[in-house]
Amino acid sequence: MISIIQQFGQAYLYSDGYQMTGVAMTLWLLLLSVAIGFCLAIPLAIARNARSPFINIPVWIYTFLFRGTPLYVQLLIIYTGIYSLDAIQHTPALNAFFRQGFNCTILAFALNTAAYTTEIFAGAIKSTPFGEIEAARALGMSRVTLYRRIILPSALRRALPTYSNEVILMLHATTLAFTATVPDILKVARDANSATYDSFDAFGLAALLYLIISFVLIGIFRRAERHYLAFLRP
Amino acid sequence: MKSYFALAGIAALAFSAASFAAPAHAKTYKEVTFGVDATYPPFESKAPDGSFVGFDIDLGKAICAHMHAKCVFVSQGFDGIIPALKARKFDAILSSMTKTPDREKQIDFSAKMYDEPTSLIAKKGSGLKPTVASLKGKTVGVEAGTIQETYAKTYWQPEGIKVVSYQGQDQVYADLLSGRLDASLQDSVEADYGFLRTPKGADYSLAGNITSDPKDVLGSYIAIGIRKDEPDLKKQIDASIAAIIKNGTYKKIESKYFNFNVYGS
Repeated sequence: MISIIQQFGQAYLYSDGYQMTGVAMTLWLLLLSVAIGFCLAIPLAIARNARSPFINIPVWIYTFLFRGTPLYVQLLIIYTGIYSLDAIQHTPALNAFFRQGFNCTILAFALNTAAYTTEIFAGAIKSTPFGEIEAARALGMSRVTLYRRIILPSALRRALPTYSNEVILMLHATTLAFTATVPDILKVARDANSATYDSFDAFGLAALLYLIISFVLIGIFRRAERHYLAFLRP
Repeated sequence: MKSYFALAGIAALAFSAASFAAPAHAKTYKEVTFGVDATYPPFESKAPDGSFVGFDIDLGKAICAHMHAKCVFVSQGFDGIIPALKARKFDAILSSMTKTPDREKQIDFSAKMYDEPTSLIAKKGSGLKPTVASLKGKTVGVEAGTIQETYAKTYWQPEGIKVVSYQGQDQVYADLLSGRLDASLQDSVEADYGFLRTPKGADYSLAGNITSDPKDVLGSYIAIGIRKDEPDLKKQIDASIAAIIKNGTYKKIESKYFNFNVYGS
């Protein structure tokens, strides 16, 4: 255990001397994909509840595709599949983007978590108490004001417990990143394992790091829930 | 009567000397049993009829022929092959085993049988060579956990060559084909059988073998493993390996399996 920490400690935490690895890489992947996913999910969740089928069906297809296939397969399609297409390789901007494994990973993770988050938020929007909407209309609010002042603040708060779950699951999903050559915590653990054959210690250390990150995330969401969901407390 | 017993005593003494103590003259082996992990073509595998085939097997048969002994092959998983040798389940290990300092603490090794050189492959006409000067600024792919990854990270990464690790060798080839990688580093037999001989590898070629390894991260050659208490067998196997190399049998067997010099320099 001590020799693994001495040899790979730095790589487990932030760098192998050449690039970002380990905990730093895992957190960076999580932060970027969850942030992009969140920003995509809000308009998509509203569109998912739209009355017009031309708006809500495409969103339904998107969430169905990304929730209906494993993230691993999506990552392989985006990393290996898309880049092998001639059209991508011959468009300089796309070529530059897809050449980097990190970009492909972020794209796959963000699209995937956006699909799940869209469904979470759409459900919360749908279950907004009708009385609140009626009251807002009675006050003469426009649709935009209604969403901005009443529906979204209330829906996002009520979605918080489910959303925190999605973020933790996303943390666990980052272990797939090495498929696209991104050196996250698990990749360092594999290196440590193949160098020392101390499998229990190498992977145990990785598990411990994930546990600590999860613990911190749970703590943050618990505080947020206490603050934002105060109105629901008995 | 007395002389009869004396004779028997001398005979028994001679017999025990022959079988237990190191005899003055070389012991002859009527039969040599090899432990083989037959899951590693083209070196050793099983034919559909259950017989052992492969480069190692052919070399083993040539060695036995030179020793005028009968060759017997026994299946044994690789992870338990050294304990099985020490438990006398067979006389020697013939299973693509690389001589390493750790294994040498347990068993002896014969002279070099062959070497699987580590080699670089790249697109035909790229002019890349497995040297720091040639690869500077280029991207090289390796499989995670292999000695090749250790090699690239030890010698190349500090010199400004981008080294990318992959989960599997198939992914290395996929990215070599897609153009993300300029070259890939793996053992030469893997490169030859796994990629260059396949239709996908048509535009690629061997860019050269690794020749400099001052820190010895790639380990040494592949040899036959022998129990430490049988220096005689080691001596005879060593002599046979030297003989089949000298008389051209080795070359003949080699050309049956490989299109390059597998013995190395």
